[in-house]
Amino acid sequence: MNVLATPPKNFEVKPKLDAKGEELGELLEVSMGPHHPSTHGVFRMDVVLDGEKVVKLKPVFGYLHRNHEKIGENISYLANMPYTDRLDYFCSMTNNWAYALTIEKLAGLAVPERAEHIRVIMAELTRLQNHTCLIGFFVQDMGALGTPMMYAFREREKILDLFEEVSGARMMCNYMRFGGVRVDVNDEWIARTKKVVADYSKFLDEFGTFLTENEIVLARTQFVGVLPKDLAVSASITGPMLRAAGVNYDLRKVDKYGIYSRFNFQVPVGEHGDIYDRYMIRVLEMRESIKILEQALRDIPAGSVMDPKAKLRGFRPKAGEVYGRVEGPKGELGFYVISDGSPNPYRYRVRPPSFINLTILEDICLGHNISDAVVILGSVDIVLGEVDR
Amino acid sequence: MIDEGLKSELQKQGVYVTTLEDLYNWGRANSVWPLTFGLACCAIEMMAASMARFDLARFGAEVFRPSPRQADLMIVAGTVTKKMAPLVVRIYNQMPEPKYVIAMGACAISGGPFKQGYNVLKGVDRYLPVDVAIPGCPPRPEALIHAIMTLQEKILAQKLTGPGRPRHLNADVASEFPVPTYGPHDLEPSKNSEVWHPPLIKR
Repeated sequence: MNVLATPPKNFEVKPKLDAKGEELGELLEVSMGPHHPSTHGVFRMDVVLDGEKVVKLKPVFGYLHRNHEKIGENISYLANMPYTDRLDYFCSMTNNWAYALTIEKLAGLAVPERAEHIRVIMAELTRLQNHTCLIGFFVQDMGALGTPMMYAFREREKILDLFEEVSGARMMCNYMRFGGVRVDVNDEWIARTKKVVADYSKFLDEFGTFLTENEIVLARTQFVGVLPKDLAVSASITGPMLRAAGVNYDLRKVDKYGIYSRFNFQVPVGEHGDIYDRYMIRVLEMRESIKILEQALRDIPAGSVMDPKAKLRGFRPKAGEVYGRVEGPKGELGFYVISDGSPNPYRYRVRPPSFINLTILEDICLGHNISDAVVILGSVDIVLGEVDR
Repeated sequence: MIDEGLKSELQKQGVYVTTLEDLYNWGRANSVWPLTFGLACCAIEMMAASMARFDLARFGAEVFRPSPRQADLMIVAGTVTKKMAPLVVRIYNQMPEPKYVIAMGACAISGGPFKQGYNVLKGVDRYLPVDVAIPGCPPRPEALIHAIMTLQEKILAQKLTGPGRPRHLNADVASEFPVPTYGPHDLEPSKNSEVWHPPLIKR
């Protein structure tokens, strides 16, 4: 039988030279991915190893480039809403919100009070499930195969049930509209959400008991993958990674988009910028999300969920350009849209947080073991749908 | 062949009569090991299917193997881009026979919502023989479970001898497929006509 596949050129052995140009040993070039269980999707890292130490790392992406921006320029504004679900497929609600916010800014639409509250509830629920799953994944990267993921997905299913009840879909919610949200929630849904939120603290306590002071977690994460504050700022890192490096920057406080100025919550800030800080920031952020959810569920007013002036069919915003952003679970998610007055945008661009947070991967991996590089990648929190778009 | 009525009558008495074919297929159908191979959004639902609520382990298919050498089933979970397509075919070639493919989600079936994109493969069946296709964007975990059950039925119905026997028992049928290469405009070849049989449209 003919074997037509060419063997992959993954392994290349190069001599390692010292300062005088004499051979010291061998460097091994390993191509991790795109089919690798710890790269969180179809992502490739070209790693050069000296023994087990990473001496060079080149991220290679584009294996999931799905022409999101080009498609967005060729279809109408509203038809692009379901595509934004598929950017960061863990957080479809925040993606929807960022896109809706941008177009509302462009078209000058107001959002009713009730819809603003629903949006906050959805965004914070999204943050809870994203951070929970992320912690499950990255503990799995450290070798805890299965069990933390089981706990994380158990909680995630409870939140997905809530999403499914209002939007009809578990993951790809397609829920927000320009000037509001698609369907109203009922009182029973709010009561169930309150129960899920009330139970979540207990789950976080349980999860934290296993992980926060776990000896292996401490040994594998503390002072590993340290991201310095100045590098984080100059590389425009956002989200939990930036805050773990010690910069107090949260768009919910800076921009005060939506109705975030009304809620009482704090922004956790790290100290060392290592993996452990990134883990702790996410745990503390979930606690703050629970606080926001409790306030939003308590204060939600009655009323309409769509701006009566909003027009779904034949939507043509006036010419102009706009940039709208929200604090997604992974960082600043922004949409930049240029309108020429036609039914579809002239230019449409996404500022994906996970792509930009990935740019410093080499800087924080150098000098660590290859097994640590996997955990560092896990702590960056990437979703390839958003990295490659 | 033993009479079905007699077979069930004997079973009531504690005597199990079966054929080697049934026993062999029963073993194969209930231990399908999928490949840990997530491409895009559907991979999350694939993971959810293997977690506690949906529990794919009930069907003997929870052992996700990261290495293609140990896997029986490739679940193409997500959009196959043109950059990724040669790697998907290569991973398939590395799997040992008997091997099966489930195309999970609209993207793997036809390109789905991203079909108009210049970089998206319009269905993985252009290069690989797909056994079960699951529609949906993404399909629910229950749909994946249904696909696994459909695959089990397919395996149970296979005859070990004769012209319709499965590929791994038939030396004349190819088990590896040519890996496409990156051409100047598209993948070359853009489809494997040995595998891809699109329905003829009669007007």
